[in-house]
Amino acid sequence: MGAASLVIRGARVLDPVERIDSVFDVRLDDGVISQLGETVDANGHRVIEAAGRILAPAFIDPHVHLRTPGREDEETLATGAAAAAAGGYCAILAIPNTDPVVDDAELLRSLRVRAAEEACIPIGFLAAITKGQDGAELSELAALADAGAAGFTDDGRPVASAGLMRRALQYNAVTGKTIAVHCEEPSLTRGGHAHAGPVAAELGLGGWPSLGESLMVARDVDLALDTGQHIHLMHLSARESVDHLRRARAADARVTAEATPHHLCLTDDAIRTLDPNMKMNPPLRTAEDRAALIEAVRDGTIAAIATDHAPHSPEEKDVPFEAAPFGVTGLETAFAALYTYLVEPGVLALETVLERLSAGPAAIFGLERPRIAVDAPANLTLIDPTASWRVKAERFRSRSSNSWLLGRRLHGHIALTIAAGRVVHEL
Amino acid sequence: MSDLRVVSGDLRPPAFGKRDLLSIADLTRVDVERLLATAGSFARSQERDTKKLPTLRGRLVLNVFYESSTRTSSSFELAAKRLSADTMTLKAAGSSVDKGESLKDTALTLAAYEPDVVILRHPQVGAAAFFARLTEACVVNAGDGKHQHPTQALLDLYTMREAFGRLHGLQVAIVGDAAHSRVARSLVQALRLVGAEAILVGPPTLLPPGLAPASHEIDAIADADVVYVLLMQRERMLDGANFVPSLREYTARWGITPERIREGQRVMHPGPMNRGVEIDARVADSDAALVVDQVRAGLIVRMAVLYDLLTTGPVAVETTVEVA
Repeated sequence: MGAASLVIRGARVLDPVERIDSVFDVRLDDGVISQLGETVDANGHRVIEAAGRILAPAFIDPHVHLRTPGREDEETLATGAAAAAAGGYCAILAIPNTDPVVDDAELLRSLRVRAAEEACIPIGFLAAITKGQDGAELSELAALADAGAAGFTDDGRPVASAGLMRRALQYNAVTGKTIAVHCEEPSLTRGGHAHAGPVAAELGLGGWPSLGESLMVARDVDLALDTGQHIHLMHLSARESVDHLRRARAADARVTAEATPHHLCLTDDAIRTLDPNMKMNPPLRTAEDRAALIEAVRDGTIAAIATDHAPHSPEEKDVPFEAAPFGVTGLETAFAALYTYLVEPGVLALETVLERLSAGPAAIFGLERPRIAVDAPANLTLIDPTASWRVKAERFRSRSSNSWLLGRRLHGHIALTIAAGRVVHEL
Repeated sequence: MSDLRVVSGDLRPPAFGKRDLLSIADLTRVDVERLLATAGSFARSQERDTKKLPTLRGRLVLNVFYESSTRTSSSFELAAKRLSADTMTLKAAGSSVDKGESLKDTALTLAAYEPDVVILRHPQVGAAAFFARLTEACVVNAGDGKHQHPTQALLDLYTMREAFGRLHGLQVAIVGDAAHSRVARSLVQALRLVGAEAILVGPPTLLPPGLAPASHEIDAIADADVVYVLLMQRERMLDGANFVPSLREYTARWGITPERIREGQRVMHPGPMNRGVEIDARVADSDAALVVDQVRAGLIVRMAVLYDLLTTGPVAVETTVEVA
């Protein structure tokens, strides 16, 4: 597939950062936006009639488990990228908790080469903060940055030692890359399968308390203040975590955060069916926690929505709830879930959701912001807001189908995705 | 209440889908009343010389036990036999489960025998719900991890009603490790359904939040009609758990001794009992104890559950007995 030359005619062009919200034609020449206006000459290009649709900057997901290397039966670079493209994403960042862990510059280089060949959209790779993600010894952060690491994380587990986390932040000044953290105090979450509250008590599930996250958030925001370094908090779930985040940002700590669509749309009421596809880490929490996350997304305290796309094979998830691993897929449903459960009911503005899916994560990780402007490379997603579709396992591009939305009807479909100037998805 | 008038010709296929008994939360008060009334009818059938009824002749009841059990598996097996059903018991040890077969494959394999009812005990929360989705048989949850054990709660209600003549307004103190107890979870819900009151009493670390009113003072059992004693397991003291410092300290603070039981109170225990730990032997063997009554109720309540699941209901007995 070469760089796209085409005209998208009559869509509602919506780029909240560029302050564009008008019905326009957009012309691409060789993958670059060349014209933007009320009527654009097709110049012989293919024309996509897009009246009634929304053309927005494509999304960036900074939190994707691609399972490669090691569990290619669950996801590959190609299938993960295809799933992302179908979800409206023009770029994703892969988490290094693979087998082996991405803590080595040569492995990172080989993955980047493979991604360039196999994946239909750009994939950035986060590397491990500590060797083997064991939380004991620092990875070679500078060598990994030189090899193209997009940032660092031990996601899947915390850096339990405060001393090591402080060292990592101090040393990371040499790379300038973002350190992203999974906030979990292991001594509080051992044996936990669900939010420690009345629902878990009733179901007999071991509790994973809010404090298990917020205590680590409190530590990490203080470490960010202490070191003056940037720290990014992944998949926040508890209102107490949001409180710590607000306090730290008010004190000018360099702290950013993300939330997932499932934590923004669901509460722990959803686990009463004991459906293993409702089991995530951190767990779904209460209505008050959900409201705090939504408010933080609305006011920008949480600047990014990230899927934490976590594919699992059927034999891993086709077990009783307590035996099931944490994690759900999300790339192909993120926008529609947010649109159906938050935008349509009037909880969040469409502009807010689009910004948190695109410009927000780009800024956190220092990536080029997808934008709709003349001379910008085309990273675009065309949304059909009137489409209604049912989530079905057999329709996923992902190799896994452990979605919390299986069987549900969603509104809003991604009709077209253009990433780095190329059409990577078209319905 | 009339005598039992059930013949196998009365049995019809369920009118709507299949029915399972996975959790007390799935039952209504009417369901509980019906089940207890049916159990009462079966109680009289068990006073005859010939205890076997032809009711479920030709039906297949599978007992699938992934955890050890004495009372539950034996009483389900006997209940099925007393109703003339064919029974088969599969225990995890010595089966292909030992060779790593998944619960899904076991479910699909057993489904090939076309059982009418599967009784499942499994150490993980959600196992019964998972199994029920994979089989056309009615599934009875005989314990899924710390979640639910609904037939235990039903037999406990039956035992309490026999002892007190009523359930509404009864006060039940559930003493011990409620946090790790499926029995406590089912019983709290069942008591609420019939208008009885539950209070949890035990170490603060073993009282699940929000399940029921709770106290760590053993004196809180004073007003109870029933003192329901839970099993205290040694592993709760292990390194990394530390829910209580020692069994000795537990027994001193929360053990049920004759001195802590007042006149008129009745004592129940789901078994197996750790005599000298959560319950003093003098209490266990006293007239206040209903432990043997619970075992007896287990048989007829499980007969009632099997019968109820395999008929459309209302059952062919007049449900004139009020739970209240």
